[in-house]
Amino acid sequence: MFSSAVSTTSAPNTRTSQPIVTGTTVLGIKYADGVMLAADTLASYGSLARYNDVRRIQKVGSSTLIGASGEISDFQSVLDILEGMTREDINLDDGYTRTPAEIHGYLRSVMYQRRNKGNPLWNQLLVAGYREKPFLGYVDLIGTAYEENFIATGFGAYLAIPIIRDRWRADLSEGEARALVEDCLRVMYYRDCRASNRIQIAKATGAGVSISEPYVISSDWETANFDIRHSTRGSDGSSW
Amino acid sequence: MFRNQYDTDVTTWSPAGRLHQVEYAMEAVKQGSAAIGLRSKTHVVLATVNKASSELSAHQKKLFKIDNHIGIAMAGLTADGRVLSRYMRSECINHHFVFESPLPVGRLVVQVADKAQVCTQRSWKRPYGVGLLVAGLDETGPHLYQNCPSGNYSEYQAFAIGSRSQAAKTYLERKFETFMECTKEELIRHALFAVKESLQEEELSSGNCGVAVVGIDEPFVVLDPKTLQSYIESLETGKEEQQTMEETGTDDRQSLQVQHEGTGSRGISVGAGDDSPTDMET
Repeated sequence: MFSSAVSTTSAPNTRTSQPIVTGTTVLGIKYADGVMLAADTLASYGSLARYNDVRRIQKVGSSTLIGASGEISDFQSVLDILEGMTREDINLDDGYTRTPAEIHGYLRSVMYQRRNKGNPLWNQLLVAGYREKPFLGYVDLIGTAYEENFIATGFGAYLAIPIIRDRWRADLSEGEARALVEDCLRVMYYRDCRASNRIQIAKATGAGVSISEPYVISSDWETANFDIRHSTRGSDGSSW
Repeated sequence: MFRNQYDTDVTTWSPAGRLHQVEYAMEAVKQGSAAIGLRSKTHVVLATVNKASSELSAHQKKLFKIDNHIGIAMAGLTADGRVLSRYMRSECINHHFVFESPLPVGRLVVQVADKAQVCTQRSWKRPYGVGLLVAGLDETGPHLYQNCPSGNYSEYQAFAIGSRSQAAKTYLERKFETFMECTKEELIRHALFAVKESLQEEELSSGNCGVAVVGIDEPFVVLDPKTLQSYIESLETGKEEQQTMEETGTDDRQSLQVQHEGTGSRGISVGAGDDSPTDMET
């Protein structure tokens, strides 16, 4: 800034301008019994697949799930904020617990306020839950918020949504929903450079909320698509 | 004897362990004109005795809508009551903005109570001089609460505050066990009977009382004078439907009905088989 010999240090910029350690897609779909969330367990450090066992889907209260993509440290911040909100409810001790829709609304307010201060929580969040009826909502770093029957964050919006659109019905059985979501995450693993094949599936139903342990999904890299030795120039529609 | 020495400050205890300023504030509530509340499984009704300070003036507003699912009736310093209702409305709106859902009544009542408590523990403040009956709906059903200047609150099946509220309370104590199963119309009639008890000599009319209702799928609304007048008239004149309702009523009602027919001045009584009108006449 100054050309003088003595340089003055200015205060560092403490506002988030770019995400560093990031998670990729989170998928959410409503099905017959409730809502299902799915995501892989990878946190990338740019192009490095840095942390392989990051739980990007967490439970909030007794009937809600949150799935996050984007900056992992900001997700941890969001979980702290929600923990504070849950703790307030417990301390009020009036038997009232926040519904998934209220948690969604609360996050919307928080995310939008941070955006207005120019210091966003760099996440795209899915809020899923079941209270009398299934709930699936989206909130992101600029405060956009909406509810839908199926949502995908990040690359999933481009790769997974078309697959879901083809196969989604409101009365999908749990098995069908799992298969659909696994197929989507498999495609993510093939085509998203920041995805991994170690995934978690979570569901929120009338019976409560549960998150599966991570497991590895199958993939086939021998097909012509991925192997230059079996050139398929033109056969899958691509030229390279 | 000791009262006058220890009652200057709200932050001074009396030797008997009392805060006289707080008690004086509650006295202000008792001086205000009556407010009554009662609830059933589906509705909560609030009713007030409206006093006009002179024949030339309109009467004071004592029923306030706080949100679609919450309303209050006040007794005491209505100016303090307006300030509290502004606070309550603000809290409800903020809750809607942040959580996109209605503020649970119980939580609002606790917030008001905590606000009132602050005024009992600051030397530069005075307690609010108004008692509130808070009627509201939440996912667990209809609720009726009372907020006191002391910072206390409690939930009620039915209650009355203000001057001559004891007469109304006596009526409510007699009838409250039937309230849970009442329809909205029956509940409003019970409320009007209770108001009548507090009015004693005066004739009940839409000019000297007010009624408000909130119910499941029914937002809080203060009844307009015309509707109110027709309810008042339905107390006095007999109606075919009322008699049929009587006859198909519960055992309680039937026994009361028998009693009523015994005294027999006005052939048909209305409202869940109670015999209040007859009592009033004799």
